[in-house]
Amino acid sequence: MSKYLLNKFLFMVDRDPELVERYRSEPRELVAWWEAECANTVLNCHTGEASTWLRFDDVEREALATHDHVKLFELGAHPFLTLTLFIALFERDNTEPLEYQKSYGARLAHFSMPYPDIAT
Amino acid sequence: MASIVAVIASTHHPFYYRASTATGEDRPPFADEWTRKILAFRDTLTRARPDVLVMVGSDHFHQLWLDNMPQFLVGKAPHYDANWYNEEREFGLPRMLLKGQEDLSGHILRAGLDAGFDLAFSNELRIDHSITCPIITLRPEADLPIVPIYTNIFAPPLPQPKRFVQLGQSIRDIVESWPSHLRVAVIGTGHLSLELGGPRQFGPHGPDPEFDRRAVEWIANGDLDECLREVTLDSLHSPGNATHGFMDFMLMMGVAGAGVKADYVDTLDLFHTMEAYFTWYPNGAPTA
Repeated sequence: MSKYLLNKFLFMVDRDPELVERYRSEPRELVAWWEAECANTVLNCHTGEASTWLRFDDVEREALATHDHVKLFELGAHPFLTLTLFIALFERDNTEPLEYQKSYGARLAHFSMPYPDIAT
Repeated sequence: MASIVAVIASTHHPFYYRASTATGEDRPPFADEWTRKILAFRDTLTRARPDVLVMVGSDHFHQLWLDNMPQFLVGKAPHYDANWYNEEREFGLPRMLLKGQEDLSGHILRAGLDAGFDLAFSNELRIDHSITCPIITLRPEADLPIVPIYTNIFAPPLPQPKRFVQLGQSIRDIVESWPSHLRVAVIGTGHLSLELGGPRQFGPHGPDPEFDRRAVEWIANGDLDECLREVTLDSLHSPGNATHGFMDFMLMMGVAGAGVKADYVDTLDLFHTMEAYFTWYPNGAPTA
């Protein structure tokens, strides 16, 4: 299990407008492409160098591929990263202010303190 | 030596820019009161006539990332670009360019390292809304040179609360030992109780109004003893999952000094968070 890699996916997709759109429209394809092409990128480093060992487990991959932010919370993905990206994906469908943000919180209502550990 | 003409601590709310500039049907009902409070707060800085701003904030996974995460970082650059694509997207924040005060950055780094803080540094730092929000609220002209200082309140393992206080106390001493005639304001932003990405987010008030009430009292009275007794890394989870941003307020209490009451205190109860604004004048309130 790699909270770090989940966070890295959320971080890299969130900062790229094209990837945000691809993740909204074709999440499973985007997750597979990202894991193959980007997961081992060493950020802030020369291109041409890469890690060799980073991959999702099946539960993580499925949670990302199904936009399952509740499962991501349970797995300990960083809540700020998840929220920021999911607002980018779905706030545009709001029919009133903060509609998505409130329903996002409501879907997490069954969690009580302490929340899943987010330390990486 | 330099003088610290104001110490300012506040929440940073990325929705303020959009709310305060919205007109007509887009203007939220709370915008007028919020703007009035911000203008009064802004005046507390303007009256101090600062030349330089030391800005304490926390990067929200923009430039600083888990592959290389500093606990405390000082920017040292002639310029700082500011705000990021996802902040434009979500909050409508404008791109900005701020000047740096490199001499003071260098002084803080050297003296901080010598005082026992192993500070990281950056010579190319794009700053985010934790620093641009207070620029927008307190100095929208964005005309003064800054020294940005980032703290890690975001990616555990975090430094202990007392370390934030100690760093604040050192920043006070270090700035006052800067061989310069310039007038410095130290401004830091954090959070009271806050939940982001969890079940208690975006409620009608902050997630823990009782914590907020006590926190405002601690800050307004400079009650570091009580604050340090009550606040631990573990205890900060319960008021809300993003409440570790309160440690930036504790840093600013360290700058202001133990037992020193704030000269200006104001709050605003907004949906999902309590806003809070504090100003101290170490050399007495400006008269003009």
